[in-house]
Amino acid sequence: MPSHRGIDFYHIEELLTDEERLVRDTVRRFVRDRVLPTIDDHFEAGTFPADLVPEMAELGLLGANLPERYGCAGMNNVAYGLIMQELEAGDSGLRSFASVQGALVMHPIFAYGSEEQKQRWIPRLARGEAIGCFGLTEPDHGSDPGGMETRARASGGAWVLNGTKRWITNGSIADIAIVWARDDSGDVQGFIVERGMPGFTASDIRKKLSLRASVTSDLILDDVEVPESNRLPEGRGLRSPLGCLDQARYGIAWGGIGAAMACYDCVVDYALGRTQFGKPIASFQLVQEKLAHILTEITKGQLLAWRLGKLKDDGRLHFTQTSLAKRNNVRVGLEAARLARDLMGANGITLEYPVFRHLVNMESVYTYEGTDHMHTLILGEAITGIPAYR
Amino acid sequence: MSPGAAASGRDTLMKVIVCLRPVPDPASRLFVNEDRTWIKDAELSFVTNEADTHACEAALELCERVSASRSEAGEVVVLSIGRDRAARVLREGLAMGAARAIHLADDDFEGGDEYVRARMIARAVEKDGGADVLLTGVQSDDLGGGVTGVMAAELLGWAHASVVVGVNAVEAGLRARRELEGGLIETLELATPCVLTIQLGINQPRYATLRGIMAAKKKEMKTWSRGDLGMAAGDVGSEGALCQVTEVRVPERDHRVQMLSGSPAEAAARLVEKLRLEAKVI
Ligand SMILES: Cc1cc2nc3c(=O)[nH]c(=O)nc-3n(C[C@H](O)[C@H](O)[C@H](O)COP(=O)(O)OP(=O)(O)OC[C@H]3O[C@@H](n4cnc5c(N)ncnc54)[C@H](O)[C@@H]3O)c2cc1C
Repeated sequence: MPSHRGIDFYHIEELLTDEERLVRDTVRRFVRDRVLPTIDDHFEAGTFPADLVPEMAELGLLGANLPERYGCAGMNNVAYGLIMQELEAGDSGLRSFASVQGALVMHPIFAYGSEEQKQRWIPRLARGEAIGCFGLTEPDHGSDPGGMETRARASGGAWVLNGTKRWITNGSIADIAIVWARDDSGDVQGFIVERGMPGFTASDIRKKLSLRASVTSDLILDDVEVPESNRLPEGRGLRSPLGCLDQARYGIAWGGIGAAMACYDCVVDYALGRTQFGKPIASFQLVQEKLAHILTEITKGQLLAWRLGKLKDDGRLHFTQTSLAKRNNVRVGLEAARLARDLMGANGITLEYPVFRHLVNMESVYTYEGTDHMHTLILGEAITGIPAYR
Repeated sequence: MSPGAAASGRDTLMKVIVCLRPVPDPASRLFVNEDRTWIKDAELSFVTNEADTHACEAALELCERVSASRSEAGEVVVLSIGRDRAARVLREGLAMGAARAIHLADDDFEGGDEYVRARMIARAVEKDGGADVLLTGVQSDDLGGGVTGVMAAELLGWAHASVVVGVNAVEAGLRARRELEGGLIETLELATPCVLTIQLGINQPRYATLRGIMAAKKKEMKTWSRGDLGMAAGDVGSEGALCQVTEVRVPERDHRVQMLSGSPAEAAARLVEKLRLEAKVI
């Protein structure tokens, strides 16, 4: 499978620095050489390409926007976004792995952890020697995590955790889980739960038809005793996990465009090469309309993502702006995949081409990190001042 | 100390200069320009010529091996001609691990052929105090001339080997393996300084890691103009070229299918006859 050609109708390339372009080119090449040759097999088999983790770490892709003093690459947010774009152009499963590791595990330790926790975990997570997961969602609490039932009871200088987390990316392959639980006074707190702690188990969710090249698990916490030194000291309140999600959503705003670019590139080639009624299907107006639509949406989405990155680098990003971009750009990815699938006819439903894989992956991306509805309501509240969640 | 270093009085031992050429991304869709002299390249994205990335990797490996075995430091210098595109491929070379870069940039450098570029490269190598080894890719992905490195060797008066698939430092200089026709491999020993043109697939070029990209920002990049190279306006660009491109076009495809009738044996006999007498391929 060839890599996508960088679609750049509006010369957005010129808005990037040389470093940002180089980072993007490195990841694009890595995806072409190392991801695309096997991703369809992993997807079909339902396996995560774990052998790529050390390679991603070596390139510096894990937690790339965190500081160099913790063994990270210290990239700006535009470069970080481009990494997510290129990984997702490969497969959303790989991007999900990187998002969880960087934005949902390394970031909360960086933002809410003690200096000792940072020193202990962030460099290992950056080197890919430890894998992390993030446990917020529960079987009965998805869009409304505030209703969580997982409890953390203080007990003689330690904490005892009880509860179930569901839909946890990387769950069963993780060395540490960032678990969010309510304490005795009702506050949400974050804990670093380590693999092997008695009472802590993970089991994989089977029969998924989306993100098949990514591990998704249940986490069971049955009287798990966690030392006080594993509590994130600066992370009290639901605000903390939501702050992590904001980091991950930022990356997804870029990722959606990556998936769209991969689909667009594939379908343009296909439409030029496929002949019906004696002509390439690309010569029919209905087909051209769809290609024009996808290109337009990709271009708009690229500008949104780039501007979002600049605002984030300037420290001016508001979470409602991230919501707008996540909502829009995942829609772009999903729609591009659907339209590309259509234009590819029966071939569009196979794993020979990347579009159906992207299509079913984007269905998960549409739901996680805040469903499309939730981001709509966040914008609704930003516009009207009236929260409509409940 | 290597002969090149001794001759030039340099204290770095084993200095390798690698030429990197920016070429349109091979995945691009290409269209011929209005006056049919080249492709429309203004909007294309440019990448490092593939064989040149292998040359860069070969240079880095050579210096790493020399440093490890002789405890002598090696230095890889990357060189490119052109404007922003060239600066970008140089940054990639620096991010891969080259120590510093030389950027030949001047409005007068637009256009030109392999001969002009070989002259500029030779001048730049001399101005930088020479080298032990100059590496180029075997050919460029866009022009496919395959002569720039060899011409630079001639202009410098250095030994050269082309289509190199393996290289090692030895006492007398370098041992290089060349790919010949018919699957033969030739092994040569060359006294340094010398020029090698590197074949595709000789190694696995390393990625520019994010750490390397950050480190590259702090590395030296010299920019030399025509004046810095001491060349006259008539020596560079299209004026200095020996060849001019007169036309670029997409070849017309000609499918002439002949169906051979008769029994399989008869058809096969006629096919053999046609291949022998008309196509003259057997
Ligand atoms: C592959 C995958 C990986 C995941 N990885 C993780 C992970 O690593 N960590 C983690 O914590 N979670 C993870 N999740 C969980 C994900 O965040 C949740 O699925 C998501 O928050 C939605 O929750 P839910 O599935 O319970 O759906 P629900 O919240 O039940 O929503 C169902 C539908 O109801 C709508 N809805 C709900 N409330 C409202 C409302 N007030 N107004 C309008 N519509 C509403 C939703 O928009 C949606 O359309 C993952 C999910 C998937 C699919």
